[in-house]
Amino acid sequence: MAKTRSRQGGKSGYLLFLLPGVLLFTAVIIIPLIMNIGISFTRWQGIGTPQWVGLEHYERLIHDANFWASFRNILFIIVAMVVVPTLLGLFLAAVLFDYVGKRIGPGTASVFRSGLYLPQVLPVAVTGIVWGWFLNSSTGVFNSILDSIGLGFLAQNWLGDPQWALWSVMFVMVWVQLGYPVVMFMSGLQRVDPELYEAADLDGAGWWQKFTRIAVHLIKPEIYVVLVTTTISALKIFGQIFVLTRGGPGNSTLVPSYFAWQNFFEKFNAGYGAAISTVLTLIIIVLTYVFLRIQTADERRGA
Amino acid sequence: MTKAPAKASKPGGLATKTLVLAGLTIFTGLVLAPFLVVLINAFKSSEDYSQGGPLALPSTLYFQGMIDFWNRVEFGEKLWNSFVIAASVAVLAVIISVLNAYAIGIGRLRGRTAFLMFFLLANLLPQEALVYPLYYLSKQFDLYNTRLMVIIILTAIQAAFGTYLLSSVFRDFPPSLLEAAALDGAGKLRTLIRVVVPTSWPTLSVLFTFFFIWTWNEFFLPLIFLIDNDLQTVPLALAVLQGQREVDITTTAASALLGIVPAVLFFLIFQRTLTRGVMSGAVK
Repeated sequence: MAKTRSRQGGKSGYLLFLLPGVLLFTAVIIIPLIMNIGISFTRWQGIGTPQWVGLEHYERLIHDANFWASFRNILFIIVAMVVVPTLLGLFLAAVLFDYVGKRIGPGTASVFRSGLYLPQVLPVAVTGIVWGWFLNSSTGVFNSILDSIGLGFLAQNWLGDPQWALWSVMFVMVWVQLGYPVVMFMSGLQRVDPELYEAADLDGAGWWQKFTRIAVHLIKPEIYVVLVTTTISALKIFGQIFVLTRGGPGNSTLVPSYFAWQNFFEKFNAGYGAAISTVLTLIIIVLTYVFLRIQTADERRGA
Repeated sequence: MTKAPAKASKPGGLATKTLVLAGLTIFTGLVLAPFLVVLINAFKSSEDYSQGGPLALPSTLYFQGMIDFWNRVEFGEKLWNSFVIAASVAVLAVIISVLNAYAIGIGRLRGRTAFLMFFLLANLLPQEALVYPLYYLSKQFDLYNTRLMVIIILTAIQAAFGTYLLSSVFRDFPPSLLEAAALDGAGKLRTLIRVVVPTSWPTLSVLFTFFFIWTWNEFFLPLIFLIDNDLQTVPLALAVLQGQREVDITTTAASALLGIVPAVLFFLIFQRTLTRGVMSGAVK
């Protein structure tokens, strides 16, 4: 009895340490989040009294071509930020770890790894500036290379042509993202027990079989982490779009976060912007929940 | 069977090895090519650029473009702003993360899973879902257009991730160390400062590094909260400059280089910490 009491006293003692964090989170995250949901039910220009309009903004969203375009574009961005880097990253990590690391030397492998990771460290604004220049129609590096090797007829207005803009952004995002899965998967592969490989060798398994049956299977935790984190950052993409295309031309590269920003700070339509960002938040929460469920179910099956 | 004979015996091994190495070198070279293109063009004059194009080496090393750009955006001031914001956020967010994780991971508070889910969600939230109310509140409290506002917001967002990561690290904290401290009569605060923090220093330094770099690279919040030119951060100053029409290509290259250099420096300085952090983060 006395023991439980003293332990309980101990716990409330720890509660004190949570105080600064709780105050900060309440002020910066909880209150603003609730306010944002509230604002989404109002018509408000940011000044004056918000006017309650109920679900009007959400109804408008359903019929807004820009809203649907922004989510269609996000699916393409997910291909560029999640699907392609994960697949390519798996392949590169396997080659670097299994082949280069073991036959040539771990030093060489880590040099390649660092090289591939370098685009990840740049501020998004700098990435945008560099690629904006490379892809520029008249003064850009891309078109000038095409010109100089006699393929000038392939030159395009990469970011200014609605047909090409989204593909160009996707290309840039693959460049940015590739290094992240490579680093994650290589560190995951270090956990693979070499004895498993040797046993597989004895069974006559080829490289491909060992890769799919052993390596990919064992680094599943890393694959989940990469899939979840890159999907979420794809859904939240803002900086590159802001610097490269500002959602244009037309709505060909519009994404939800830029669309929300536009309504907040350009169109002074805070209610509509709040509705867009609330929907985006819901999607992210649901998606994370689904991912976590799949992951736990999978871990249970594996155990 | 083992790796050693495979290395020596295969006659085709050398050809494959060369092929794989060449392929990887070309691929990595292409990934890194933009850095090289930026580097060679940052030291060209406009005339040099229009004559030789983007891929030629500069005919003479021209520093004036870089110097003009530096003075034009007062780059030193922007570096200082970025540094002050990134360092403050990194220190404060590590402190908040440690305090939270101490209560959740070691104190084993009731409802800790709920707390953890909350912190995870706080980190996953799109900033757009917070930014307008924060913008409005900052104006009410006279914090709009101050570095302090950006520091407060980013501290909360980074600490959300830090709490999530650190709580799971602290859950496995050796109880014997805690018991020893308790036997010595150390209170909770003393145990935290004298035992927990020194023991988990490697993890804390990884967190610090992450927070510093993430904050340095941050674009969205400074874009909204730092309006005055003399408060702007490096990424913001570069993007704003780019929005002005009369900027020429060599200025673009010079500005991009000055944006890349600090990032690459951090990367080189912190590389080992970061790889270690990615590794420990992945398994958690």
